[in-house]
Amino acid sequence: MNLNATFIAQLIVFFILAWVTMAYVWPPIMKALDERAKKIADGLAAADRGKLELAEANKRVEAELARSRTENQARMAEAEKQAAQLIEEAKKAAEAERARILAQARTEAAQEAQRAKDQLRNAVAELAVKGAEQILRREVNAAAHAELLGQLKAQL
Amino acid sequence: MAAGAQAPTSSEYIVHHLQHLQSAKQGFIIDMGVFNWDTLFWSVAMGIVTLAVLIKAASNATSGVPGRFQAAVEMLVELVETQSKGIIPHGDRSFIAPLALTVFVWVFFMNSLDFLPVDLPHYLFTWTGLDKVIHYHRIVPTADLNGTIGMSLGVLLLMLYYNIKIKGAGGFVHELFCAPFGAHPALWIFNFALNLIEFAAKTVSLGMRLFGNMFAGELIFLLIALLGATGVWWLWGMHLVAGAIWAIFHILIVVLQAFIFMMLTLVYIGQAHEGH
Repeated sequence: MNLNATFIAQLIVFFILAWVTMAYVWPPIMKALDERAKKIADGLAAADRGKLELAEANKRVEAELARSRTENQARMAEAEKQAAQLIEEAKKAAEAERARILAQARTEAAQEAQRAKDQLRNAVAELAVKGAEQILRREVNAAAHAELLGQLKAQL
Repeated sequence: MAAGAQAPTSSEYIVHHLQHLQSAKQGFIIDMGVFNWDTLFWSVAMGIVTLAVLIKAASNATSGVPGRFQAAVEMLVELVETQSKGIIPHGDRSFIAPLALTVFVWVFFMNSLDFLPVDLPHYLFTWTGLDKVIHYHRIVPTADLNGTIGMSLGVLLLMLYYNIKIKGAGGFVHELFCAPFGAHPALWIFNFALNLIEFAAKTVSLGMRLFGNMFAGELIFLLIALLGATGVWWLWGMHLVAGAIWAIFHILIVVLQAFIFMMLTLVYIGQAHEGH
């Protein structure tokens, strides 16, 4: 309980210690703490940014997928349409071909019939001439009556 | 103490342990011609330990992942910084906060010397032959009123410094005479007297509180040590039990008193920042 000069010394030591702490201890520790706090804040911000970017990328992928899907569908529809058109064209071509072949067949048939008619006519004429010849063997001179026979043939 | 023909009585033992290693015999209650070498030595030694710990942490401080030691010191620094920021939110804390940290760690180490067995230093002195020079020795600097009053006077000087720094010399004198009762000239003398009493009370109570706690703790350790010195086997057992209990309880006191001293330092300096 006695006071003496010790407390003056203690007072001086007190200030020296506080000064040394202020000069050499406090600033580096506070600097490190602040820097670490900033680092952590930056890290958290970067993580947030990364999350945001990921969500955005996901959205982009989703959009891309949707776009390709609709494109696919459009393409398939177009292909179907094209196929239908091809079939239609082929049908038309076949129809035309059929009509052409039919027409040709008709013409040929008509020609054939004409030719048959002609042959028949010739044959009838010959037959008529032959008949007439046999009837008129003696009176009719073939040469003399050739003109007449030709006219007859043309009329048949 | 060793039993034998010259074994001291209980009161001699305690008086011996409460005697400082002094440069001269103390004549009066206040004798400025005397130094307590033991208090000086141990407070400076603990100050060096304090600075060594703090500077080691400071020189290794990086913004990367801290080690355990660094994290512990940083927690302490954060604690002090938070407290000082709460008490002095707007002032310049570039000296006050480091001061509070120093006070906390330094007082903690000085108080912790109380955990050493009370007779250990004396045995060491006897063993090394130093007992021819060192007849008396008290290891706990904060159980010496000089140690604690020295620090609380430092706080008083800082209170005065910050009062003048914040309010200006005129503002401080004006406050001394015009607060807390009012600016009426008839009240000046009462205001001034009350302010003087307030500064004195703060300083004395700050020093006395720490001194009282640590002195009482040391005294109880001495009394407990006396139990073991009786040579009666069950009292020797009591020494173990009571010593262990008091030492465990003392851990709380040591940390708490260091923390209180730091907090009051901050509060008193903080009050200097507030105008009435």
